[in-house]
Amino acid sequence: MFHIYCPYCEEHREEEEFHPKGQAHIARPEEPEACSDEEWGDYLFFRDNPRGIHHELWVHAVGCRKFFNITRHTVSYAILETYKMGELPRFTAEFPEGSLSEKVTTEAEAMSRQEGVKA
Amino acid sequence: MQRYSGFGLAKHALSHHENWERQWRNPTPKPQYDVIIIGGGGHGLATAYYLAKEHGIRNVAVLEKGWLGGGNTARNTTIVRSNYLWDESAALYEHAIKLWEGLSQDINYNVMFSQRGVMNLAHTLQDMRDVQRRVNANRLNGIDSVVLTPEQIQEIVPVMDCSKNARYPILGASWQPRAGVARHDAVAWGYARAADALGVDLLQNTEVTGFKIRDGRVFGVHTNRGDIEAKTIGCVAAGNSGVLAKMAGFKLPLESHPLQALVSEPLKPVLDTVVMSNHVHGYINQTDKGDLVIGAGIDGYNGYGQRGSYPTVEHTLQAIVEMFPIFSRVRMNRQWGGIVDTCPDACPILSATPVKGLFFNCGWGTGGFKATPGSGHVFAWTLAKNQAHPLAAPFSINRFHTGALVDEHGAAGVAH
Repeated sequence: MFHIYCPYCEEHREEEEFHPKGQAHIARPEEPEACSDEEWGDYLFFRDNPRGIHHELWVHAVGCRKFFNITRHTVSYAILETYKMGELPRFTAEFPEGSLSEKVTTEAEAMSRQEGVKA
Repeated sequence: MQRYSGFGLAKHALSHHENWERQWRNPTPKPQYDVIIIGGGGHGLATAYYLAKEHGIRNVAVLEKGWLGGGNTARNTTIVRSNYLWDESAALYEHAIKLWEGLSQDINYNVMFSQRGVMNLAHTLQDMRDVQRRVNANRLNGIDSVVLTPEQIQEIVPVMDCSKNARYPILGASWQPRAGVARHDAVAWGYARAADALGVDLLQNTEVTGFKIRDGRVFGVHTNRGDIEAKTIGCVAAGNSGVLAKMAGFKLPLESHPLQALVSEPLKPVLDTVVMSNHVHGYINQTDKGDLVIGAGIDGYNGYGQRGSYPTVEHTLQAIVEMFPIFSRVRMNRQWGGIVDTCPDACPILSATPVKGLFFNCGWGTGGFKATPGSGHVFAWTLAKNQAHPLAAPFSINRFHTGALVDEHGAAGVAH
C-alpha cells in the first residue's frame, strides 16, 4: 500500500484514493494536424517504461480530484517526491539522489510536510 | 534423451529413482550461434524448440538471466483458451490451442493440459450482448464456443451463486469446452528438455547487458559471461522487453505492470472448470492438488518489483466471494506478482524492429501463458525465414504508426 503525499491537499493519504495515469510530462503536439503518422503514433502509444526512476501522472480521484506528478522507483517502488503540475522533478535518472543544490530545501520541506501532517 | 513412459517409471522404481538423467545440460557459452533467444521462459524455450525441430536450426542459444521458467511462466494462473473476438487474435490463440492438444506427446513431457472448459460470465445486458457477439465471432472462426443460460451455468458450477438476488446477478456466460488449464512449470521444463535434446544450448544465469550493433544490424550481445555473436536475435523477455529495447536504442509501446495472483490452501474437489468474470473482475480454477488459483487485474502503476499493492488483492477476493460465497472462509496460502508487458491494444507484438536481425516477441500482457506453443511456433518461423509468419503479420510493431490496431481490449473487454 502506497502512502502518497498529495501536493494540493498537503497530506499523506492511502493509495486507494489515487489513480495512476501513466508517464508524466508528455507534451501534446502543438499542431496535431501537422504530425506525421510516426510522430502521432509515438505521442499516443510509445512510452519510456524505465526500470528505475519514473516520473508519472497520478490523480487524487476521491480527494481533491487534481492531477499531480510522482517520481517513483519502479523496482523498489519508493516514492521519491510528489510535485504539482507545471513543476519539475528534483530526482531524475541523472540525479537519482536529487540535485545537490536543492537537497537542503528538499529535507526542509519534508520536515515541514511531516509537521503539517501532525498539525 | 531418455524417453519418459509408464514402463520407464516402473523400471526406475527398481533402482529407487536414483538413475534418472538430468533433463538438460548446463553448457558453457560458445562464442557464436546462428540464433540467440533472449529469455528462457515458456515462449523463449518454445521458440528455440520449434527452431530446432521445424526449421533445422540447432545452433541456438537461449540466454536466461535467472533460471528457466522463473518469470511469468511460473507466475500465471495457467488458463488456456482461444475465445477472442477479432479474427487476427482468434487465429493466433486457436493455433496455440491446437498445439496444446498434442503437446504432451510432441515433447514427451506431461504438461497436464486439462480441457475442463472456460466460462466467461455476463452480469449486465451489455455483457450479454458482448458475449453473444463474441460467441458468434468465435463460431465463424471455427472456435468451439456457446452461450449458456443461468440454469446451465448452475448445473456446471453448483457452488456458484447464480441467484437473482446477487449484487451482480449472472445473466449468462460464454463457454469454451476445449479451453482449460495446463501445468505451467511442466511447459517450461518440457520445452527446455526437448530443445536441449535437439542441441539447443540453455544458458542460465546469463544476463544480456547490451547489443553489438553495426550499421543498423545486430551481430551479437554483451553478457555477464562474455560476448556472444549471432546474426539473428529474438527477444522474448516479457516485462523486461522495454529494458532490452532501450539497450538497442528504440522504444516500444509497452508499459510493465505487476499482475498479482494467489492460491488457497488445498481443498477437496469443488470446482472442475475455469470461471472468469469481467464485470466483477476475477477468475478462478482449482488445481489437481486442490488449491484454488485466483487472479484478476493488473496494478495500475508501472513496476518491475514482482509484487503489487494490497488493494488489488482485496478487490480480487471481493469479486471471488461475490461469485462464490462458499469460499469466504478459505485461507490463502501464497500471493505473488509477475511483471506483464501491456500493449495499448492488449495484443502482442511479434515483429521485426528498427535494428536489422533483431526481432521482438513481447506485449502479451496479462494473457501470454495460453499462447505459449503458438507464440513459439510462429516466432520460430519468423526468425528462420526473416519474414513475419502470416499469423504474426497483423501483430507488427508498425501497427502503432499505421493505426491498424487489433483492439481486443476495447471491443471484447476480455479478461486475460
